Amino acid sequence: MKNKIVTIALSAAMGLMATTAMAGTLEDVVAKGYVQCGVTTGVAGFALPDADNNWAGLDVDYCKALASAIFNDPDAVRYTPLNSSERFAAMSSGEVDLLSRVTTWTMSRDTQLGMNFTGTMFYDGQGFMVRKDSGITSPSELSGAAVCIQTGTTTELNAADYFAANNLEYNPVVFVDRDEVVKAYQDGRCDVYTTDASGLAANRSGFADPSAHVILDEIISKEPLAPVVRQGDDTWFNIARWTYFALVNAEELGITSANVDEMLGSDNPSVKRLLGVEGDFGASLGLSKDWAYQIVKNVGNYGEIFERNVGVNTPLALERGVNALWTNGGLQYAPPIR
Amino acid sequence: MAKNNLAYVRTEIVPESPAPDLSKGIIGWVKNNLFSSISNSIMTIVGAMFLMWVLPPIYGFLFGNAVWPGEGVTVEDCRAKGAGACWAYIDDRMTFFIYGFFPKDAYWVTQEGLIASIMTYWRVNLVFAVGTLLLVPLMWPDLKYKLLNSILFFVVYPVFVFFMLTGGVFGLEEVPTVKWGGLTVTLIIGLVGIVVSLPLGIVLALGRQSKMPIIKTFCIMFIEVWRAVPLITVLFMASVMLPLFMPVGMTIDKLLRALVGVSLFSAAYMAEVVRGGLQALPKGQSEAAASLGLNYWKSMGFIILPQALKHVIPGIVNSFIALFKDTSLVAIVGIFDLLRATQVANLNLDWASSNQAITGYVFAAAIFWAFCFGMSRYSIMMEHRLDTGHKN
Amino acid sequence: MADLRNNHNLAPKPSFFNDPKVRSIFYQLVVMAIIIAFVYVVATNTAANLAAQNKSTGFDFFLQPASFDINFTLIPFDRTSYYWEAFVVGMLNTLLVSVIGVIFATLLGFMLGIARLSNNWIIAKLAMVYVEIIRNVPLLLQLFFWYTVVLKAMPGVKNSFEWFGGFVLNNRGFSFPKPMPDETFNLVFIAFFIAVIGAFALKYWARKRLEQTGNRFPVFWASIGLLIAFPVVVWLISGANLAFETPELKGFNYKGGLTLPSEFLALLFGLIIYTTAFIAEIVRSGIVAVDKGQTEAAQSLGLKDGDRLRLVIIPQAMRVIIPPLTSQFLNLTKNSSLAAAIGYPDLVSVFMQTTLNQTGRAVEIVFITMMVYLTLSLITSVFMNWYNARVAMVER
Repeated sequence: MKNKIVTIALSAAMGLMATTAMAGTLEDVVAKGYVQCGVTTGVAGFALPDADNNWAGLDVDYCKALASAIFNDPDAVRYTPLNSSERFAAMSSGEVDLLSRVTTWTMSRDTQLGMNFTGTMFYDGQGFMVRKDSGITSPSELSGAAVCIQTGTTTELNAADYFAANNLEYNPVVFVDRDEVVKAYQDGRCDVYTTDASGLAANRSGFADPSAHVILDEIISKEPLAPVVRQGDDTWFNIARWTYFALVNAEELGITSANVDEMLGSDNPSVKRLLGVEGDFGASLGLSKDWAYQIVKNVGNYGEIFERNVGVNTPLALERGVNALWTNGGLQYAPPIR
Repeated sequence: MAKNNLAYVRTEIVPESPAPDLSKGIIGWVKNNLFSSISNSIMTIVGAMFLMWVLPPIYGFLFGNAVWPGEGVTVEDCRAKGAGACWAYIDDRMTFFIYGFFPKDAYWVTQEGLIASIMTYWRVNLVFAVGTLLLVPLMWPDLKYKLLNSILFFVVYPVFVFFMLTGGVFGLEEVPTVKWGGLTVTLIIGLVGIVVSLPLGIVLALGRQSKMPIIKTFCIMFIEVWRAVPLITVLFMASVMLPLFMPVGMTIDKLLRALVGVSLFSAAYMAEVVRGGLQALPKGQSEAAASLGLNYWKSMGFIILPQALKHVIPGIVNSFIALFKDTSLVAIVGIFDLLRATQVANLNLDWASSNQAITGYVFAAAIFWAFCFGMSRYSIMMEHRLDTGHKN
Repeated sequence: MADLRNNHNLAPKPSFFNDPKVRSIFYQLVVMAIIIAFVYVVATNTAANLAAQNKSTGFDFFLQPASFDINFTLIPFDRTSYYWEAFVVGMLNTLLVSVIGVIFATLLGFMLGIARLSNNWIIAKLAMVYVEIIRNVPLLLQLFFWYTVVLKAMPGVKNSFEWFGGFVLNNRGFSFPKPMPDETFNLVFIAFFIAVIGAFALKYWARKRLEQTGNRFPVFWASIGLLIAFPVVVWLISGANLAFETPELKGFNYKGGLTLPSEFLALLFGLIIYTTAFIAEIVRSGIVAVDKGQTEAAQSLGLKDGDRLRLVIIPQAMRVIIPPLTSQFLNLTKNSSLAAAIGYPDLVSVFMQTTLNQTGRAVEIVFITMMVYLTLSLITSVFMNWYNARVAMVER
């Protein structure tokens, strides 16, 4: 009896531990049958439980696209919520295969942490939000203001840099949790709330009276938010990177989840190559021929993902802006498939 | 005897007359308890004024102006000016508060009615039901088979919970721990903390009383270090450092890491409670056990520990309460316990209103309170039961 | 005697394996080996992991510039300061909130504990409801709640409460005038010092007088008067020149003076409210533990209610109260680490969160943080043990 219990307990304990061979993430992922995706612990529009208690958002959809490319199943993903202090540790220990977690691409993170950034899913920049009745129109008028900031992010350092560079005094009020930051600003603890511009819009839409707050036009930093993989696994890096490119290319070629089946019969060679009708580009990634078809079919193209999660018809109501395709004057650009 | 027939001596007892009006009934009670002296009267008036100042707004927020769930109640009602707690929001997100991301049963989710809503999460609900069935007789002092019951609850039940929730066997869908959440996770951390910390605490307490210097030193160091640091640093260590302690390429489940941290932490506190019980026992007990020829483990197991533990049941339950409250700290390391689920639900833009956050916190507080208050009442009840016969 | 000893030696010697001494050494060696093996495995794994992740180690980061700002510091700090200064700022902030919290929680806890035993029904029940609600809700949840309430209940900067032209309360915190002492102000400090000595002398004299004549002297009020009046008189004589820098509304916020930010107030408020409930229970059980005969004896001596508590009951209850009170003080200090959740820059928030995030030295930083709390806890225990020994019963 006793031995049996010990055996069961041991096997139970072992069930919660996992050994991952660091060499081939793709082989590991295929073997276990799902992608382990690190997401935030909750940012509206990027990763948040929806009405059915499932993760939803822009970051989440990227994970789903990746899972579709590998398994043709957008639900072959397990999400690990990570806060900003854990995220890189979870990556380097192999706990997650991929970090799709509003992470800013910076040089030091790219070079010193043993991480690779795959491609900018969302171009963001740090902005300021103030109350309308304060009459502020530019950050340069913010001298002496109390500023609500989330700690452990690039935001905190950018704010320090900005105020020092402009020789302004300020009073930082920092929190670990984003929701606490927002609440403090709403309750009037701070004059200014600063975070990525997308976040400002997201938070403002949740306010009781959104029109009482203005987001200042000036952007004080570049915040390219990109998915992250571990360094030293080029196969996996390529899959992650080309999943993103496939999303952007699909939008550029006008392929959506609704018309992707018709598009299979398209005469456009670019479309044929992307959807795997012509050539076999999937093989070079270690995937099936129709990998990009599966992505678009299951998740949609970049534009669809954007509109679904953060676009004008969502509570966040973000314009495409710099996140429009390069053909529309934005920055989203993907190398061709050939 | 006729001498005693004096006119001024009563022959019958005077009938009892009722107590003066001022010392009985409501008036008497009020006089004795509220207005027995000037200072007492002032305190009564101040207290009453305080209540009148505090109670109406609280009542208004929680009940009077609250927005209750119902047909046609939307977020707009909660955004209306003067609206109180937005209970409709709690009702809407209830499954998330209780089950987190746990997958619904595909068949039952399409059905309607009460049974369907229970069966949608039947795996978690079954775990709750079995737990209650085992716990109630265990806590009922008059029932027998305590040993069997304890083994079932403390050994078999956790294994049952583990397989029931993770699945992957007996045709159950596999559910990774990252999908567990809400009250379920809070209760699991509490249960595991209790199941691990009690035996570990007993071992540490015995080690601390041991005559072997190395073991004693080790136990003292272990206990004192854990007791000296805040749980948040322990959890931080578990989440940031524990992965470094594992062999390269090996990872431990996020929830398991938190469980290790919480269990070790509360074991140190438990050890001190048990030590209190050991020290309270007269030395004669262990001498008597030794004189009967019992060895260390037998004398501990049959003589010392049963008495010592019985003495400190209230202390043990108090440690459980502290442990249960401490589980809320795992929210800081990104585990979706009840508090974290509440915070994340508070971010939900569909229900965004100015009372959303406070309503969420009040709800979470009420649940925590119900569990902790229940445990503390139980501990007081046990204290009274065990006290009989010891009063001098 | 000699015979007895001989008999003892004749007792059968236990076999080698059953010799308790041998066994004890064996067990200890096993435990020792397990511990050493564990430490060794952990150390090598950590080293291997750190090497695999290309992470740098060591304590050199202390001398690098921190490049972040902190909104509440007891020592000067800005983004060019070093990490070790950030560490000191965090530690001082932890100490500040703990010390103030301990003082207030003790005072309020004693009052509430006595209130729970009050004859007045309303007061006793109010105290009970307070204790039962506060004790059974997690502190973290309460802190979130209080922070929300504090911010909601306080007015904005433009509508601040202002008293006496210098004390300002708004949702940014509590500002008050900052004294700017010059040289002559040293005299006031000296006067205060003399007044302290005087108060002790007064106490000594009053006790002598009480013992000789039986007359009481209101030592407490007299001492308070002495402590306040004497320095004030000296200050007036020396020219009454103490400048104050008062907070003034400039642009966004009040500038000048000293400001306690709302996070500090909310944390302090939350810690005090929570710990008070526990201390109240400790005090109550301490008082209940004093034999009822003591109360009756004190009453029969004709002591007033206040004197009875102060001179007879509390001193005896203290022996029961001190040990659990110590652990409550430590709990308060440890609980102050939850500051991170509501944005007060304590040790955990500044050092274990921000600094760790920026430098990535997890092992070093967690180790140092734990050492700080360990040290604080040891110091508190030593002090309380000393005090406990002082109040312990003198057995005759």
